[in-house]
Amino acid sequence: MATKGIVTGIVSNLVTVEVDGPVSQNEICYITLGDTKLMSEVIKIVGKNAYVQVFESTRGLKAGDKVEFSEHMLEVTLGPGMLSHNYDGLQNDLDKMTGVFLKRGEYTYPLDKEKLWNYTPIAPVGTTVKPGDWIGEVIENHQKLKMMVPFNFQGDYKVKEVTKAGSYNIFQKIAVLTDSTGIDHEINMIQKWPVKKAVTTYKEKPRPFKLLETGVRPIDTANPIVEGGTGFIPGPFGTGKTVLQHAIAKQAEADIVIMAACGERANEVVEIFTEYPHLIDPHTGRNLSERTIIIANTSNMPVAAREASVYTAMAIAEYYRAMGLKVLLMADSTSRWAQALREMSNRLEELPGPDAFPMDLSAIIANFYSRAGYVILNNENTGSITFIGTVSPAGGNLKEPVTENTKKVARCFYALEQERADKKRYPAINVIDSYSKYLEYPEFKKYIAEHIEEDWIEKVNDLKLRMQRGKEISEQINILGDDGVPIDYHETFWKSELIDFVILQQDAFDAIDAVTPMERQKYMLDLIIGICRKHFVFNNFDEVSIFFRKLINICKNMNYSHFLDEHFNEYLSQLEKTLAEQPQKEIKN
Amino acid sequence: MTKAFQKIYTKITRITKATCTLKASGISNDELASINGRLAQVVKIDGDEVVLQVFAGTEGIPTNAEVTFMGKSPSLKVGEQLAGRFFNAYGDPIDGRPEPEGIEVEIGGPSVNPVRRKQPSELLATGIAGIDLNNTLVTGQKIPFFTDPDQPFNEVMALVALHAESDKIILGGMGMTNDDYLFYKNTFSNAGVLDRIVSFINTTEDPSVERLLIPDMALTAAEYFAVEKHEKVLVLLSDMTNYADALAIVSNRMDQIPSKDSMPGSLYSDLAKIYEKAVQFPDGGSITIIAVTTLSGGDITHSIPDNTGYITEGQLYLRRDTDVGKVIIDPFRSLSRLKQLVIGKKTREDHPQVMNAAVRLYADAANAKTKMENGFDLTDYDNRTLDFARDYSNDLLAIDVNLNTNEMLDETWKLFAKYFSPEEVNIKQELVDKYWKNK
Repeated sequence: MATKGIVTGIVSNLVTVEVDGPVSQNEICYITLGDTKLMSEVIKIVGKNAYVQVFESTRGLKAGDKVEFSEHMLEVTLGPGMLSHNYDGLQNDLDKMTGVFLKRGEYTYPLDKEKLWNYTPIAPVGTTVKPGDWIGEVIENHQKLKMMVPFNFQGDYKVKEVTKAGSYNIFQKIAVLTDSTGIDHEINMIQKWPVKKAVTTYKEKPRPFKLLETGVRPIDTANPIVEGGTGFIPGPFGTGKTVLQHAIAKQAEADIVIMAACGERANEVVEIFTEYPHLIDPHTGRNLSERTIIIANTSNMPVAAREASVYTAMAIAEYYRAMGLKVLLMADSTSRWAQALREMSNRLEELPGPDAFPMDLSAIIANFYSRAGYVILNNENTGSITFIGTVSPAGGNLKEPVTENTKKVARCFYALEQERADKKRYPAINVIDSYSKYLEYPEFKKYIAEHIEEDWIEKVNDLKLRMQRGKEISEQINILGDDGVPIDYHETFWKSELIDFVILQQDAFDAIDAVTPMERQKYMLDLIIGICRKHFVFNNFDEVSIFFRKLINICKNMNYSHFLDEHFNEYLSQLEKTLAEQPQKEIKN
Repeated sequence: MTKAFQKIYTKITRITKATCTLKASGISNDELASINGRLAQVVKIDGDEVVLQVFAGTEGIPTNAEVTFMGKSPSLKVGEQLAGRFFNAYGDPIDGRPEPEGIEVEIGGPSVNPVRRKQPSELLATGIAGIDLNNTLVTGQKIPFFTDPDQPFNEVMALVALHAESDKIILGGMGMTNDDYLFYKNTFSNAGVLDRIVSFINTTEDPSVERLLIPDMALTAAEYFAVEKHEKVLVLLSDMTNYADALAIVSNRMDQIPSKDSMPGSLYSDLAKIYEKAVQFPDGGSITIIAVTTLSGGDITHSIPDNTGYITEGQLYLRRDTDVGKVIIDPFRSLSRLKQLVIGKKTREDHPQVMNAAVRLYADAANAKTKMENGFDLTDYDNRTLDFARDYSNDLLAIDVNLNTNEMLDETWKLFAKYFSPEEVNIKQELVDKYWKNK
């Protein structure tokens, strides 16, 4: 029989419950308040007292209120029917809730109970299967979703019976599996999984190597992320974290995109579900909302559910990865999640670590990032979760615990810089401070050499070096004055400005400039690096800036034109004319 | 308020500067109580021990004070009669008129389901070019002024409130000086708009912890007008720094471990709960929040402005431009995140590019100025940017400019043509062809 308890203490959303039987850490319980039940999670146990964090407001709760324990941890319900849905951090379907305001204790089922799915079996009778192996297939929003042996099964099973192709709802039997002791298990399209545990039903997890195209030039060209890679975007407020994150989510070449809005603004979520139905996935031509799932625990929703929301999102991502799909998971922002941990740790009166965050923060972050990755499934198919989190460093100071601990585990770092944002140079990614460790992976180098070109990475490094050099010279000019440095210093500086304006800056609000396919990125990088490798002759430094301003203006108009169309080519010939008019000199290296 | 069957407790076991502890049973979390007539709220329950936070402070409370519990959380009676009235932090009238009638609702109610919101898309014009041109506001937005205490933020707020189109204006004053309170009252009354203003005022003379009720009171009233009456409501909150300071006092008295800048670890959530009440409903009702966060020494890395910046949809900075001798809206650090939803869509097509180009040229002027101050020769381009910056600041950014958006754009094109060539301005060719003003 399930354990019961009564409330003995309340501080904000931390409630002490005296229990009459066994309870486990992270077990879910429900506190009865009038005719509603408030969902809570056990976070500490001392003797007969269980400390639970309530996922709701505790207003009106009294000592003596009754509590029932559920004998399971926080779980997600997985099955077809999740795509294009908006969930809260506990996977309640927000659209099914009644009323304008969220009602405490209103829990809605995440899947559609009635909908019939066109089901096709995959595994024939007699096959030996393991957890995560594919049993059958349904199609949702034009994607082939696999129905699998539930992740929480253990060992090998024999397929005893399969349901023939047809229309079924999620509760109907799709197969019967026999375990090694001869017991039969009937399965349907639904399975449950505790969100804080990683799904590990794959065969191996090699180092990721395939470029994940995002259409964002300062990422793809300068610091690329890969399928199954991890990255993070720290930046003070107002530097364009959210715009950048949305650009990636809209444009990235992924099958499924999961957006965890964790403790951020509600209007940003509204933007996603207002705009996505009208936007087209640049890779498939299908509607963007079809591949997107939103997990919204916005900043005004209960704090404890904020922590749960990122895990809920990750567990759902793992479900799709096990089907062999490319999943992109975005969490905005992991700092809010860390703050939720801090609030609870504080109420539990734990000894605080740096900045009052809990001592195990670094382990929690590392553990979470490690759940992303590129995997080879038991049937040799591959799947991936690419995870990009944003970090909102307090005071814009990158030497704070969340940023530092994330830096240890994320392989790509996109540093957003206040100074660039102030100058409206967007995206405000500082290309010199940012990095992608994948550029050093031999697997990635090999992939790029085969798919783009042999000396691509060399050009990328040339670009970065020129940016670095340009920055140094601009500092020198600030100290010594325009005429205090040689004219070719001006030329070097303006070449870095050319790279900045044409490659690194990108107008996220212009339909054409916002998304640059890899082919076009290669074209532009070749063009710009080609110009940078020329040596021009100038009489004075004024001429340098006038000449390069002209180039920048022409190239930006190219960026605003359709690739290789009439306008584009017109600007290209203008560019060639301008270049030809400027005297050049030969320098032998 | 006292009912016959209510139990009276008379044995307080512990008193701190802000809290009283006593033994009581059947008490709900967040419930209100009265201690010798002073309002208090349950903040902690531990078995049969109840900790009460006393809003007005505990000075003079004896251990045998009479404590009664009211069986409800703080609440406000909402209705049409709120309009034109002035209240204190408890929602009691301070204008000498009788208590308004209405339906009693608990303050600090639940959040709007995100899927029941509408994406804000309605321009909120203020006539101030520093706002409308560079940092366009939208109904349903939340945005603070980050300002030093000596800047005329109350004047600018009042100006915005009067210019902006709205059905109701709700003023929440936290630690407002009596002079500023009277300034708002007179300004609104002189403009003849008093009948659409509702004010909740906690002045510097009132106990500081009472301030904690002000935003919830103001927003509960706002929600009534926006949800029930489908009205466009503008909420002014001044000054949120005083609110956060009051939070820190309470958290400190409750022995909580402080995080950065002695602020409670929950500061982000506490502020977000307030600001996220800003909303646009599909049926036309909306709540727009314009707040003031005073800075100490211009430091925006302090916890209060820092957390605020992460919550709000942009921020506006006031700065005195010594070159033109006027207060301007600083174009560099000011930002309205929602402007993208309306500029070039609800305003003229050239708006986004004109805005960016002007700010970029203004930034070039700032660089030129640094060069000049360091004693270097200026190029011809540098000199032109400086001239441009002076005109731009005086004719557009200054808070005393009152133009409509098209006039602002035309004015900017005029300045572009006066000082620059089209290549230097760097705007899409088709827009240059259409709007470039010949000298």
